[in-house]
Amino acid sequence: MYTVADLKKGLKITLDGDPYLVTAFEFSKPGKGQALYRTKMRNMITGITLDRTYRSGETFEPARLEERQMQYLYKEDNHYTFMDNQTFEQVQMSEEAVGDAKNFMIDNIQVDVLMFGEKAIGVSLPNFVNLRVVQTDPWVKGDTSGSDSKPATLETGYVLRVPPFIEEGEMIVVDTRTGDYSTRVKG
Amino acid sequence: MTANWRLARRHGALRARARIIQEVRRFFIEGGYLEVETPLRIPAPAPESHIDPVPADGWFLQTSPEICMKRMLAAGYERLFQISHCWRAGERGSMHVPEFTMLEWYRAASDYRGVMEETERLIRFVAEGAGFGGPLSFRGKEIDITAPWERITVRDAFVRYGGMTMDKALDRDIFDEVMVEQIEPRLGISRPTFIHDYPACRSALARLKGDDLTVAERFELYLGGVEIANAFSELTDPVEQRARFESEAAFRTSREQTPIPLPEKFLAELAAMPQAAGIALGIDRLVMVLLDADSIDEVVAFTPEEL
Repeated sequence: MYTVADLKKGLKITLDGDPYLVTAFEFSKPGKGQALYRTKMRNMITGITLDRTYRSGETFEPARLEERQMQYLYKEDNHYTFMDNQTFEQVQMSEEAVGDAKNFMIDNIQVDVLMFGEKAIGVSLPNFVNLRVVQTDPWVKGDTSGSDSKPATLETGYVLRVPPFIEEGEMIVVDTRTGDYSTRVKG
Repeated sequence: MTANWRLARRHGALRARARIIQEVRRFFIEGGYLEVETPLRIPAPAPESHIDPVPADGWFLQTSPEICMKRMLAAGYERLFQISHCWRAGERGSMHVPEFTMLEWYRAASDYRGVMEETERLIRFVAEGAGFGGPLSFRGKEIDITAPWERITVRDAFVRYGGMTMDKALDRDIFDEVMVEQIEPRLGISRPTFIHDYPACRSALARLKGDDLTVAERFELYLGGVEIANAFSELTDPVEQRARFESEAAFRTSREQTPIPLPEKFLAELAAMPQAAGIALGIDRLVMVLLDADSIDEVVAFTPEEL
């Protein structure tokens, strides 16, 4: 159990059954009035931010969060299915909770899944993943347009800019933190 | 050798702070005020619902020099000021340190309107004297301290900014929440604001307003959304003052807060106190606004965490 005295940026608490991350916190005390603890927090499932003001004496349940190593299996009807490496238990996650990670997830990739109780609420990927280019226009020798990159579509459907020399069918390394091309897979 | 670079970096702020305090002193000395020093450790601060004193060897560190300074008023000292440290337990944030510097001044034969006028002159005098002439730049906005200062009643502020009447906020016990979330951020933005006539129940030491006994002659000064000072026409009726203290003390007991004995000597001498008005102004906050500091930490030599 947390009290208002524990409130600080980065604290994770349970509110109305959902996990929230405290993103801003300010102690206030209007003249001759009572101490108030103003917080901004983000729902870790929906991403919605809300403002809440608490008084002395109020308490909070910590958000019980756990990261588990899993394998991504497949997508079906806007739900992504993962399997726990240890227990082989399968969990599903909504497209919303998967977020941008969906651009870089290929079947059988190893990921960390963030669990809130029995609910999978987020996924973190390795910083770099190898993905195949399934479509990109060939580089025309003598192209003088001065362009130093061109669009390419990956096997996940994600489109990014790659250097002109990358060809269809090649494997490239993508930085999952920025979504940018990193390098060509040597092989 | 590990130099304290945080402390070294505050050199400019601390020099400005010293100048501001020197200008404050000059303003009052030139205005015929007597500078006084009253004890910091006292047996009984004024019992107030939401101010927790720090116990000190059986007594308390002062939460404000109010009680001693009013006893001086009652003894015939007509204009007095003091710059002293005050302690309020548990108050820590970007606007609060539990040990802070307070300027208080009291003036016989005046009321809260007189103090408003004097406060305007003080802030202009200090800003100019300490080298902050022209509009103040604070948090990306300009505060024009030469323009006529805004005056708004608490009642009007609730309707204009709070989306409900003051009475409704009191009824629903959300007065402080509305004040902090909706009203304070809008006070003193383009020019300083005096917000005045607080509910009687929130003004333990203030005189009630003659034509509206539901409010007290109390005001707060805001600059850039930051509360700088609290003032009132002083209550001089010892019977009523005792009743108000007892009600504040009862509230504290009901919340299991540190019990505070009544300041009996003050109550005994209060009948001799002339009509007067007084004000408490947070020096750290004033320095913050003048220097456009984000946090009180930037304008004190040491925060409690750094000791």
